[in-house]
Amino acid sequence: MPAPIRLRELIRTIRTARTQAEEREMIQKECAAIRSSFREEDNTYRCRNVAKLLYMHMLGYPAHFGQLECLKLIASQKFTDKRIGYLGAMLLLDERQDVHLLMTNCIKNDLNHSTQYVQGLALCTLGCMGSSEMCRDLAGEVEKLLKTSNSYLRKKAALCAVHVIRKVPELMEMFLPATKNLLNEKNHGVLHTSVVLLTEMCERSPDMLAHFRKNEKLVPQLVRILKNLIMSGYSPEHDVSGISDPFLQVRILRLLRILGRNDDDSSEAMNDILAQVATNTETSKNVGNAILYETVLTIMDIKSESGLRVLAINILGRFLLNNDKNIRYVALTSLLKTVQTDHNAVQRHRSTIVDCLKDLDVSIKRRAMELSFALVNGNNIRGMMKELLYFLDSCEPEFKADCASGIFLAAEKYAPSKRWHIDTIMRVLTTAGSYVRDDAVPNLIQLITNSVEMHAYTVQRLYKAILGDYSQQPLVQVAAWCIGEYGDLLVSGQCEEEEPIQVTEDEVLDILESVLISNMSTSVTRGYALTAIMKLSTRFSCTVNRIKKVVSIYGSSIDVELQQRAVEYNALFKKYDHMRSALLERMPVMEKVTTNGPTDIVQTNGETEPAPLETKPPPSGPQPASQANDLLDLLGGNDITPIIPTVPTSKPASAGGELLDLLGDLNLTGAPPSAPASVPQLSQPPFLLDGLSSQPLFNDIASGIPSITAYSKNGLKIEFTFERSNTNPSVTVITIQASNSTELDMTDFVFQAAVPKTFQLQLLSPSSSIVPAFNTGTITQVIKVLNPQKQQLRMRIKLTYNHKGSAMQDLAEVNNFPPQSWQ
Amino acid sequence: MQFMLLFSRQGKLRLQKWYVPLSDKEKKKITRELVQTVLARKPKMCSFLEWRDLKIVYKRYASLYFCCAIEDQDNELITLEIIHRYVELLDKYFGSVCELDIIFNFEKAYFILDEFLLGGEVQETSKKNVLKAIEQADLLQENQNEDWGGLSDDIL
Repeated sequence: MPAPIRLRELIRTIRTARTQAEEREMIQKECAAIRSSFREEDNTYRCRNVAKLLYMHMLGYPAHFGQLECLKLIASQKFTDKRIGYLGAMLLLDERQDVHLLMTNCIKNDLNHSTQYVQGLALCTLGCMGSSEMCRDLAGEVEKLLKTSNSYLRKKAALCAVHVIRKVPELMEMFLPATKNLLNEKNHGVLHTSVVLLTEMCERSPDMLAHFRKNEKLVPQLVRILKNLIMSGYSPEHDVSGISDPFLQVRILRLLRILGRNDDDSSEAMNDILAQVATNTETSKNVGNAILYETVLTIMDIKSESGLRVLAINILGRFLLNNDKNIRYVALTSLLKTVQTDHNAVQRHRSTIVDCLKDLDVSIKRRAMELSFALVNGNNIRGMMKELLYFLDSCEPEFKADCASGIFLAAEKYAPSKRWHIDTIMRVLTTAGSYVRDDAVPNLIQLITNSVEMHAYTVQRLYKAILGDYSQQPLVQVAAWCIGEYGDLLVSGQCEEEEPIQVTEDEVLDILESVLISNMSTSVTRGYALTAIMKLSTRFSCTVNRIKKVVSIYGSSIDVELQQRAVEYNALFKKYDHMRSALLERMPVMEKVTTNGPTDIVQTNGETEPAPLETKPPPSGPQPASQANDLLDLLGGNDITPIIPTVPTSKPASAGGELLDLLGDLNLTGAPPSAPASVPQLSQPPFLLDGLSSQPLFNDIASGIPSITAYSKNGLKIEFTFERSNTNPSVTVITIQASNSTELDMTDFVFQAAVPKTFQLQLLSPSSSIVPAFNTGTITQVIKVLNPQKQQLRMRIKLTYNHKGSAMQDLAEVNNFPPQSWQ
Repeated sequence: MQFMLLFSRQGKLRLQKWYVPLSDKEKKKITRELVQTVLARKPKMCSFLEWRDLKIVYKRYASLYFCCAIEDQDNELITLEIIHRYVELLDKYFGSVCELDIIFNFEKAYFILDEFLLGGEVQETSKKNVLKAIEQADLLQENQNEDWGGLSDDIL
């Protein structure tokens, strides 16, 4: 039987293969030979065959049939066999295989071998891949070797112990006695591995940590060793670029960190040495900086005095200026960790950090960006924002979303002026408009509505922005919404902040229609555009017909969302035209929603946020209702409690009364708590059901409270009479009576009312929608007001009706409520 | 350290040392992905990157990439020194080491590594001691082979 081909020969042969197929063929041939060799139990060349197998395994070929052979090699007495066997075990076996347990006995024997190099092999293998069971079985042997005077074995045993502890933490205790004198060693290998072992123990067990702090007085020992390393002269054996054993220094510093954390005494004991290392370490090479880095981490983590902390941050600041990008990277990472606790110190290095935004390395840029956002405050917002916007312009796409969100957040917190804020938003939308997160759109809209004096400026800028390019969806959505809302300001050229542009209504509609048609517009964007067009029907005067046409076209759109909206808007034109202006009124200022972070989805009460109006397909009932709700909150802030029940109950569909039916659905007969069952909303104010249900709702008899004339104009007079609830003193019931002194009836009469935030209001159904002429009859309607804070009652009312062939509308404020009606 | 990989500029694996238990399949997947990621890095980029939840430290020496995966609390800069020390050891042992040396003598590269690191941690900080240990072990191997029947000293 010829000797199997040599390892190096095989490697040479395989490397001559020109194709993958050729290589595979060679491998297969050799594997077959190896397999038969294994079958023949060839002891002499087993190690050669396994070595070849390991090579082929590294190329990616299966080698599992060699696992048992590794075990045989380990059991052999020949050193070469053991060497290859243990190597094979570490490469081919892992703790998932049952086979590996068979190693345990071999390892045990080898741990007690007469030759230290064999013992070393066993320790190495156990320390690299020993399973929990193996560790349990052999921990005793490891512990024994930890106490040997042979430094070659001692250092390996220490790291083996580390592995054992990682696998079986309960065994930590048994190594404690052996650690007693570990740090008295002169041998650096033992010192280093001992420090690693002590670190592992202290990290894992607070008891151990306390023990080592107090009983063993570890800190002074470590300080002593570190001092020797720094102060001692050149030691050729351990020198790296003029620094003595940097590996050991770094590990000692790390252990000191753990010992000093949250412990004043320990921290104080190491203060001097840390200062010494920080100031004396040579920084020209990576080695020195590695030690400084570890020192900084330690200083920041223990209870160090402020002088030391400042020293540490300054080191990081110097790192930022280092040519070596690795150093800069490490500095930024550390600064990010400390920016919260040592904010002012880090601020001093702000300009350097901002410079790192221009770095070529992606990781450095990301860290610089995160750090920059952490450093933004009211004082530096203008300067920082300039840099960040420039960064947004030029950075890689993977950053843009995060950067945009960060900018929005910072702007919201620290904007020096509304105009600046709007400008910043505009800049982000135009620069990175397609990367802006979806939840930013409602946020921005809310922001814009809040800046009332900037509306004209905002809409003008947005209009100009999308004129050139309407592909960036978030930008287009915000722009469409604003144009819909403030289109009247746009065409009337009212802008104060900058030169107003000349825009005609048709031009505005042109751009909105282009958005509608464009392939680039998403369904959501189209929805925004269509609604915007619709809103303009009440803001524009010349182009209503054009709008009607557009709306009717989309009534047959394939997009169901658009179709639904168009159909509803059509209905608005045809059947409910008198309501159109009321419905499409200017949005009130929205309540500010606090955002927690760029990724939070903005949720507000569904009734008050305009977004549902834009993005959700609203059933035909509640949509006008939510609009009316907004109307009712005209006096500022939003009444969060929805007044309007959302179930369109079966009421007689009288044109004007429908809206009011939705506003109040209490039975006129005053039927009590069955109402909640028919009303799905949960926040039905309880006061509506109590107290008054047993009393007649219409009580014309003055109950001691004088009535008032709330409104009197153009022949229409509205009187308020008052009643207080006996059971609930916060409730006032107002009965309105509308009369008409002109010679023609007033038809489609709609009465609406709004109260300030602290009040709640419920409007019940009116008696009819016609105010007959010549005061021959009245419309009565009941309003219930809840006034828990007993504030002065104020009310804004809106009247719409048809009279003498034209649509009439009026807004009025009622301020003459008698004190008895609300005190 | 969780693992160390050595690979060529073409992505061929030259050495793999794993200090965490993973299946062969997982190791292959990690290797493939990480090699791709590192090879895609431009020369001007820094030696550190975040990959999954690990910190990767890599350095190129001639045609070989040395790539280590370390944990959160490990010091990146000293890891660079560890890599450099390993290269120095190889260099001393092979005499001006090149990739071919490691290809043809991969088992020796492993032996040297196992005298320098154990369980992912540095076991010996003296270059001299590591090389001495390897030397002695090699000698032991030779002597034993002679004792056992005079086969040529390279049994492999």
